[in-house]
Amino acid sequence: MTAGRPYRPVRDPLTRPIERHVPPALRSRAMHAMSAHAALGRFVLQHCTDCGAVTYPPRDICPACWGDLAWADQARGATILAETVIRTTTDLYFQAHLPWRIGTAALDAGPVAIVHLHRDLAVGDRAAMQLMLDKGGNAALFALPVQGEDPMADPQWREFVVPVHDRAVLVTDGDTALGKAVVRALVAAGAGAVFAGTSAPSVPALAADDPRRAAGVRQVPLDLTDGRSVARCIAQLGGPIDIVVNTARFVRPGGVRADAGLLHQKRALDLGVLGLLRLAEAVAPILAGRPAGAFVDILSIHALAGDARFAGFSAAEAARHSLLQSFRHEMRAAGVRVLAVFAGAIDDADHQSQPSPRVAPARLAQGVIDALALGREQHCVGDVARDLMDRWLADPATTLREQNG
Amino acid sequence: MRASVPYDGVVVCAPVTVPYQRFSDRSAHWWAGKAMRALADATGLRPGDVDGFCFASFTSVPDSAVGMIQHLGLAPRWLDHLPTGGASGIMALRRAARAVQCGDAEIVACVAADTNHIDSFRQGLAGFSRFSRDAVYPYGFGGPNATFALITDAYMRRNGVTREDFGRLCVAQRRNAQSNPCALQRRPLTLDAYLAARPIADPVHLYDCVMPCAGAEAFLVTTPEVAARYGLPVARVLATIERHNAFAGDPVQWRGGWAMDVDALWQGAGIAPGDVDTVQVYDDYPVIVAMQLEDLGFCGKGEIGAFLRATRFEIDGDLPLNTNGGQLSAGQAGAAGGFQNVTEGLRQVLGCPLGAQVPEARRALLSGFGLVNYDRGVCTGAAVIERAA
Amino acid sequence: MTGAAETLAALAGGLADGTIRVVDLTNTLSPDFPVIVLPAEFGQCEPFRMERVSRYDADGPAWYWNNISMNEHTGTHFDAPAHWITGRDVPEGTVDRVVPRDFVHPAVVIDISAESAADEDFILTRAALERWEAQHGRIPPRHWVLLRTDWYKRVGTPEYLNLKDDGAHSPGPDGDAMRFLVHDRDCVGLGVETVGTDAGQASRFAEPLPAHSILHGNGRFGLQCLTNLDKLPVFGSIILASPLKIEGGSGSPLRVVALVAGRAG
Repeated sequence: MTAGRPYRPVRDPLTRPIERHVPPALRSRAMHAMSAHAALGRFVLQHCTDCGAVTYPPRDICPACWGDLAWADQARGATILAETVIRTTTDLYFQAHLPWRIGTAALDAGPVAIVHLHRDLAVGDRAAMQLMLDKGGNAALFALPVQGEDPMADPQWREFVVPVHDRAVLVTDGDTALGKAVVRALVAAGAGAVFAGTSAPSVPALAADDPRRAAGVRQVPLDLTDGRSVARCIAQLGGPIDIVVNTARFVRPGGVRADAGLLHQKRALDLGVLGLLRLAEAVAPILAGRPAGAFVDILSIHALAGDARFAGFSAAEAARHSLLQSFRHEMRAAGVRVLAVFAGAIDDADHQSQPSPRVAPARLAQGVIDALALGREQHCVGDVARDLMDRWLADPATTLREQNG
Repeated sequence: MRASVPYDGVVVCAPVTVPYQRFSDRSAHWWAGKAMRALADATGLRPGDVDGFCFASFTSVPDSAVGMIQHLGLAPRWLDHLPTGGASGIMALRRAARAVQCGDAEIVACVAADTNHIDSFRQGLAGFSRFSRDAVYPYGFGGPNATFALITDAYMRRNGVTREDFGRLCVAQRRNAQSNPCALQRRPLTLDAYLAARPIADPVHLYDCVMPCAGAEAFLVTTPEVAARYGLPVARVLATIERHNAFAGDPVQWRGGWAMDVDALWQGAGIAPGDVDTVQVYDDYPVIVAMQLEDLGFCGKGEIGAFLRATRFEIDGDLPLNTNGGQLSAGQAGAAGGFQNVTEGLRQVLGCPLGAQVPEARRALLSGFGLVNYDRGVCTGAAVIERAA
Repeated sequence: MTGAAETLAALAGGLADGTIRVVDLTNTLSPDFPVIVLPAEFGQCEPFRMERVSRYDADGPAWYWNNISMNEHTGTHFDAPAHWITGRDVPEGTVDRVVPRDFVHPAVVIDISAESAADEDFILTRAALERWEAQHGRIPPRHWVLLRTDWYKRVGTPEYLNLKDDGAHSPGPDGDAMRFLVHDRDCVGLGVETVGTDAGQASRFAEPLPAHSILHGNGRFGLQCLTNLDKLPVFGSIILASPLKIEGGSGSPLRVVALVAGRAG
């Protein structure tokens, strides 16, 4: 059952598996706020709402005038002032990743910061700052060269993102329009092996251009509504998987009182919510053992603010989003990144009644690849999702009203 | 700025050191108690005689000075707790001196004590400060080595200082340590060995780093009359300075708070840098030694490289520096590391050093530096003391 | 002893000494057993699901049990008349109302396995039934008519549902055949090895889904997803098929067995 996997030397079964650690995780409340912005890909620092001074590390009051602080997007430029290569540490995570380069960077935004330093940067260089999430899920400043090679070549950078190249990926419901698009995008991104889960009762013959016919792709039976099917699928993958992309969803219109479609709602919950539980339970130990494990869940942006026309589906997505956050919390200690990729209506059969703009499955699939490459925890694809996320972040109560006014 | 009032009617005396141990299964409380016992043995004081207590420690948690006085059976009428680490010795001296001068206390025991369990260094690091937790430890967790590596890197580039220059300092301090039976590292160190040592966080190498250990230091601040009653040799405090979070706008620390107040120090003392017989400066890393020599006026700004190359820092040299070996050779006993500049300077001017005596030492410059809250040391202080005639 | 009592005693004796065999006609109920798949616009049949409550563990230290859920028409199952719109007004049309005497009936087995092997869409016609009677004899009244296709041998493979782009492909009767069996031969019901009593393509017939329509409209029953019909004689077996007593239920998974004369070969 190993067709579609690149060759790897077999590990000596008597050696102990490598235990994974994460960087020190204790943070202040202000730093958690910075991490919440980093999760969305924002490059933010605090600025004073009175005097405008920009400050770092995160504080609770302005050190220039004792005014209040707010988070704001900042210029990403910086100049490197000093550098060091750490060769010894008492921390288990960094011990496993020595030597480790850090530097002192004068940010164009004002403050000076200790930063992770890309291997091509030296003192005096200009740098482009990235606000990343470290393996423990906390915000971290990473200085990249302004231009140059793909940062993926730097092993230190790879600790902050989820490489897809050469990795083994499981895609649930790989037989839907969205699932096929994700499979196609993973193949294009150089995934080493892609397992396309199919929940259909029988495996149909594939069209010539079906991405599941690509080299390195294998169809596997996987029905998220059946715990046994999930367990059996995982057992039959013939080796570890690095990334799981959960595309499963059951979308039907329906309200709460009118046209509730109880069986449809139940299925949306069983597949979307309980399915996530069944999947997470089965894959968590495998992902936890991988050097850069990730779990990607594709969610409707209506997980944040429900759409009354799709009340049951929205409820399922909200429940799923809630579970995903708990799962993220559980996986932090193992350094597994748990990503939510949000979109509005997808341009597929499920959303025929939805007005434009709808997100093409291929675009959403590319969003999954982007989120992994950038190490995001939350990523919005398309204008609808971005707009709703922005409004929700700014004012959730008003957004809920606007959504269902 | 208003000038400081002279320290009339105040003396400092009875320096004691509880010999350091690399690791100890004792608590900070035990080490503090042993320091009090050493004070009692050296002076004849009993617990009831001490009416002022000033305490510094990183490992006494959850106890502060409050828990410590009950633990030690003291009933002082003046109490202070100093969380300022490497600057705590100078600050204890300053505060105790004013308390005695003003009559708030008559006999102040200044005590710093820290233990070092097998894992306490790592655990101490993890919870050090909010900025460190948020914005330093997650960056490679190199501890102070990494932070000072960045400071050293920038300092070397700025001033043209080389590793050889720092090496001369470290080699001299090791030579000084050889006469100190309490120093943890007394094997001779050559410049070649210094240069060949393994890198810890470039450009900081092994012999640029102190060895954490357990230990305690203490001294008394009292009136000349009380000291005379107990028959104790004493020193006077000529002048002191203290500054925190100075030059916050410097992108990388290349100077400390001393540079802000250096003129006040020497004017208050009524002497010049060349008039002191020995210098005891905080030496967590050689770059900080260099910075203090610069900022306290022993050489011009930017001339530190040439000064390091031209000066002999041995006990019998041009500028006897850290004559007990400093923390780099004697060991760094937590907050007690911020007291050994005071106790060793006091011993040299009182003629009772742990090791070799600086010939005819009468005046000493003491300097402290403490607490890397984020990317630099925040607390600085200095004092000039002189043996009372 | 009355005649009936003697008959029962003889049956018990035959079961005890093995001269009467019990043949299991039931597929194992598992999440893997396929259920019928309707076009997406219709509600779907939930497959069998089983979740462990405890297995001698913290949730039940000394006992093992599971929660199960499924559609009424899952696995080897019974179709009551109310299952179909034509049978909605049939008295006693739901499984809780089926009279107990209908749980036990003799059967006649019609073998169309060769035809089905040759043609997945084989249609059983009245003419074919008449030819069969000419060869084997008349189908007696008040019998289950069981269609042997050997389709059960495909269970566990995609060829069981046999879905193609245009839907499922499996054998079944046409309307005339059903009218013949119901009106002219008074059958109790139709039993098949496939997922439905109707052929896979029967929704496209000029007279769509004739088995469901005619059986249930006339108060007759269906048995689906049977196995081992090849182990029954043409005449002489007795079928025991008792659906669960589900209030107002349209059908039910059940255990179906046949009593057959003669020791196991």
